[in-house]
Amino acid sequence: MTTTVLPHVTYLNVSTTLASWLLTKDHKRIGILYLIVVTIAFVIGSVFATGVRIELTTPEGDFVSADTYNRLFTMHGVIMVFFVLVPIVPAVLGNFAMPLMIGAKDVAFPKLNLLSWYVFVIGFVFTLAAMVVGGVDTGWTFYTPYSSNASNSNVLAMGLGLFIAGFSSILTGLNFMVTIHRMRAPGMTWFRLPLFVWALYATALVQILATPVIAITLLMLVVERAFGFGIFDPRLGGDPVLFQHLFWFYSHPAVYIMILPPMGAISEVITCFSRKNMFGYSFVAFSSLAIAAFGFLVWAHHLFVAGISPYSAMVFSFLSFAVAIPSAVKTFNWTATLYRGAIWWQVPMMFACGFLGLFLVGGLTGLFLASLGLNIHLHDTYFVVAHFHYIMVGGAIMGYMAGLHYWWPKITGRMYSRGLATFAAVLVFVGFNLTFFPQFILGYLGMPRRYHVYPEEFQVLNVLSSAGASILAVGYFLTFAYFMYSLWKGEEAGANPWLATGLEWTLESPPPPDNFAETPVVSEGAYQYSKREIKVA
Amino acid sequence: MLSGIPLFPEQASTLAPAVDNLYFFVTAVTAFFALLVVVFVVVFAIRYHDRTGDKVGAPIIGSIPLELAWSIVPFFISMAIFGWSTVVFFDLVRAPDETLNIYSTGKQWMWRFQHIDGQSEINQLHVPRGRPVKVIFTSEDVLHSLYIPAFRVKADAIPGRYSSIWFTPTRLGEYHLFCAEYCGTKHSGMIGSVVVMEPNEYQAWLSGGGGGVSMSARGEQLFQQLGCAGCHLNDGSGRGPALAGRYRRQETLANGATVLVDDTYIRESILLPQARLVAGYGPVMPTFQGQINEEGLMSLIEFIKSMPAAGEPAAAAVPPAAVQGGLR
Repeated sequence: MTTTVLPHVTYLNVSTTLASWLLTKDHKRIGILYLIVVTIAFVIGSVFATGVRIELTTPEGDFVSADTYNRLFTMHGVIMVFFVLVPIVPAVLGNFAMPLMIGAKDVAFPKLNLLSWYVFVIGFVFTLAAMVVGGVDTGWTFYTPYSSNASNSNVLAMGLGLFIAGFSSILTGLNFMVTIHRMRAPGMTWFRLPLFVWALYATALVQILATPVIAITLLMLVVERAFGFGIFDPRLGGDPVLFQHLFWFYSHPAVYIMILPPMGAISEVITCFSRKNMFGYSFVAFSSLAIAAFGFLVWAHHLFVAGISPYSAMVFSFLSFAVAIPSAVKTFNWTATLYRGAIWWQVPMMFACGFLGLFLVGGLTGLFLASLGLNIHLHDTYFVVAHFHYIMVGGAIMGYMAGLHYWWPKITGRMYSRGLATFAAVLVFVGFNLTFFPQFILGYLGMPRRYHVYPEEFQVLNVLSSAGASILAVGYFLTFAYFMYSLWKGEEAGANPWLATGLEWTLESPPPPDNFAETPVVSEGAYQYSKREIKVA
Repeated sequence: MLSGIPLFPEQASTLAPAVDNLYFFVTAVTAFFALLVVVFVVVFAIRYHDRTGDKVGAPIIGSIPLELAWSIVPFFISMAIFGWSTVVFFDLVRAPDETLNIYSTGKQWMWRFQHIDGQSEINQLHVPRGRPVKVIFTSEDVLHSLYIPAFRVKADAIPGRYSSIWFTPTRLGEYHLFCAEYCGTKHSGMIGSVVVMEPNEYQAWLSGGGGGVSMSARGEQLFQQLGCAGCHLNDGSGRGPALAGRYRRQETLANGATVLVDDTYIRESILLPQARLVAGYGPVMPTFQGQINEEGLMSLIEFIKSMPAAGEPAAAAVPPAAVQGGLR
């Protein structure tokens, strides 16, 4: 390896013009393009959340008007769900790492991959435009008939924006699925695949099968709102609850689009820093598929108080408990992987352990909501808000943070400050819990969601929540700052700073434009740490 | 600072303790498992930590018995929660046969409650202690949701359909009443209170303030005024079916299906008569859409419910002027 004295050509320095970025077909560059847009979306979504948290520090509606408040939480939800959580791990980390991990030179359809990004950006611009001209106040769930005939906000533009963005998700899913089927290096059999790739495969299934349903649903909403077709509005002979069925037929599986890829990233990080095989590799792999499959059968647990029959509620409650089992299996396997490991406490591992704790709370509180007897009381309260933030921020965003800190040296060739990153991990973990744990209590006390003004007795818990949010914000800002700093001043990472297994770590950091000069041949499964010629702990 | 914060709202109905017991059980079970995992993670993290990064872990690839154990044990535990919670759920959604019925409509951004004796109120609901109360409601515009945390009950108000909640208040006092389904600008202002009174005070409250005509009397007036009586003859010889005694009965439809005659079906039959015709009757009834408002519909339904199974309906002399509120 020391024979080369030439400065190495990487995917980053091979050409540096703007056109070379905007017309790139390199999956690694497309990953970076997504990273930029998703980060912008995350900042915008966080600004809206900040407005919500400031308003809720006092019971009165004194910071913004009711209409503004309703727009703030709607746009926070829309941006964070559709433009951050859905693409953040598959499109950023997946795009960058997945082809490297399977020993491929690129994804199966590089041009389609670039198209996905453009489609995503066009959808994002539409959505931002809808916000600039006045915003939307329907809540990110767009429930009819409020969204179809009562709201006087820009539902059409935003519906169209999300409709467009959905295609990006479908195309990415298709591309990844074909890539994983067709582009694996010789010897990279299905059961030698890193678990991150398994998770992306399961996610691709959901993206391809569920996303068209939300596209159709949004289109129907647009048709009803623009042309007065009676689909959801009872005054036109429609059924408002039909919208909820269709919406959640996508949006519940979409939760798994958001959480499966971070789960995959966690499997990479935990094995690497425990220096061990994944405990129960095939159970973890298949649990991803089980979650993807069961995820399609639980949508009506969002409708337990929406007038569905008690017997169908029973069936959906049962299935919702069933979908918890594969997630529990994953959690137990991650924990068991630590057993007799040689645990190296690096930053990605800290985020991964943060993920474990928060996902555990998020998953277990899901059991409360799946319980019919409790759901009646908890439905549409802050308990639900706390639950899904534990899954989506505590789970998905912490998982993304773990993954990003893990692959950052590979993406940029540089290391970030370990001390600052450790501090940020602690800030995010503490800030997150302080923000969202009080909301479980608020919810059981009966505070409904989406309240601009609330009874005084809920103030203390809301103030705690807002205080936590400010700590969380500092944590995220710090992360952004040391990542940026590392680009200029970070130490060179070298090919494999974590001494990890996996094909991506056999390449230089950052990788060359075409990844592998010679197609690698794989002869063993992922995570064969214990076969290394180093002493066993 | 936190000592003043309760962990659950007041228990003011017979079912509130049942919901809370379930809550404590689920909390205990989940907290146990959460702590178990956290303890394992922390113990392993300390016991097996390595500063150097160049050691490797033990070559363990998994264990089928363990995988089975931690799939099956959580499954049975979750089934126990499922069973218990489903029992509580059926208690929450199935009202007893004999209830005090109160009708309600939600609209942006208020709740209107109509007592069958004629009293009506806005954003306040007076109920007697110790008696099962059923609130039957719909929405005039968008979705709403009627939520009373102290009773642990909630149901969405859906335009075009009737929903209901039921509860037996156990404690005197005033409790929050919220709209829980987002409904636009003043969603958080669509709140009110439930006042639980002693039964005799409730009776006094009902008869005070000149509440006026009872709902079934209003319904009967509408029944005459809208011409329903011309076809729905009591002896069954009319062009429409006799209505007395039909409530909560199964009827066979023209297409062979059956339907339970409940509030929603009666409402639909008034507004969209052709939608589900009872077998043996022709599609001759005109729609009353636009001629009658939600409260008029509720009064008509209350009247149809009150019809004795045979014989003359109990007549109440009501001047026509008193029912104008029911018409559009």
